[in-house]
Amino acid sequence: MIAQQFDYTVAASVAEAVALLQKHGDRARILAGGHSLIPMMKLRLAMPEMLIDIGRITELSYIKEESSYVQIGALTTHHAIESSVIVQRRCPALSEAAGLIGDIQVRNKGTIGGSIAHADPAADYPASILAFDAVVITIGPKGERQIPASQFFLDLMTTALEPNEIVRAINVPTRTGRSASAYVKMAQKASGFAICGASAVVELDASGALAHAAIGVTGVGNRAFRATETEKALHGRKPTAELLRAACEKAAGGVSALDDIHASAEYRLDLVRIFARRALEKAIERAGN
Amino acid sequence: MDVKITINGKLYEKDIEPRLLLTHFIRDAAGLTGTHVGCETSICGACTVLAGGLAVKSCTMFAVQANGAEILTIEGMAREGEMHPLQESFWEEHGLQCGFCTPGMIMTCHQLLTRNPSPDETQIRGALDGNLCRCTGYQNIVKAVQSAAGKMKHRRGAAAGD
Repeated sequence: MIAQQFDYTVAASVAEAVALLQKHGDRARILAGGHSLIPMMKLRLAMPEMLIDIGRITELSYIKEESSYVQIGALTTHHAIESSVIVQRRCPALSEAAGLIGDIQVRNKGTIGGSIAHADPAADYPASILAFDAVVITIGPKGERQIPASQFFLDLMTTALEPNEIVRAINVPTRTGRSASAYVKMAQKASGFAICGASAVVELDASGALAHAAIGVTGVGNRAFRATETEKALHGRKPTAELLRAACEKAAGGVSALDDIHASAEYRLDLVRIFARRALEKAIERAGN
Repeated sequence: MDVKITINGKLYEKDIEPRLLLTHFIRDAAGLTGTHVGCETSICGACTVLAGGLAVKSCTMFAVQANGAEILTIEGMAREGEMHPLQESFWEEHGLQCGFCTPGMIMTCHQLLTRNPSPDETQIRGALDGNLCRCTGYQNIVKAVQSAAGKMKHRRGAAAGD
């Protein structure tokens, strides 16, 4: 499988990448780790005339810890996120999501910025990006924009990213107190992509009731979504087994589910109920300890 | 486009199309056919090599991305006519039948043992998630990795004068 011919250029800095993207417009695509784009190019589902390789901009690969959030540079690989002590401690759901992507080789090359810009409906990160209310920091010719996760994923492989913008970093807000997060998924066996992946971020108050519960779901619809009905049903209440079970019945909301050879729409919708509950149980257990 | 890629310590300077995959650069431009092409879809792992010390699927990388990089393939594993412990152990433990997946298996296991010199069985099986074998049922591959880990530990001990 050979990609269509294209021109190739290396951007040495973020500013150069933005300038090149501005210059070449729709002809060009950004190449980061390449683990979403190259398979698409080999299948000729993507046929850019030019690739701007940002893979050598080392300043975009970092994990930075601040008091109220963790910032992850766009070129940080899944392996770096999976093995980061900071991410494991502050946002374990994200570290779990990273560790469940593909395999060692894929995690060595694939990047968080590339993954979210690609917005595959079965990608792992979006569930956690939504559940954490993360902010995607983009950079374009007009400067930086901070896009809330809830406004970033628009549709199947479609994001709020403008054609001349690049993802620069992701800010993941973290809670203090008795809070934790968890990500669980049913994976498609060969590729590891999520048939249903659920991420839960919770905080317990002094009485053990849920002061905060957010659930993001990926792999099920055209884009990842929040289980808002479930969140409402949980807010301020003690997370008993019955409550979690009942609240998660509504987790899929009115989403229109994907239907393919790996799972029917009906099956996917049923998985949302189960995996939302498992993610919540795991996060609550962590928060309680 | 002109690229300079070092494979197993030898520099290859070639004028290539940007769309040439690293795996084809290794096999066709450098003539090193130990790296196999299986599925070409990032699934099977037969084309795994180390690029800058990281196990990668060379079918999912353009050779231009490896410009200036150091690549290690199965041909670079033996030293002065002596097989790498992983190669020895795959042989001794019968960790292969047809051998098609073996170069990729060995390169991924090399990455595993660099990061984790004493993996347990679950960790070995987890590390081999991206390497498919249609012959062995994986049992002997797991044994081979365990055996190689032991040998490498022993040799490091010997080298340190323990």
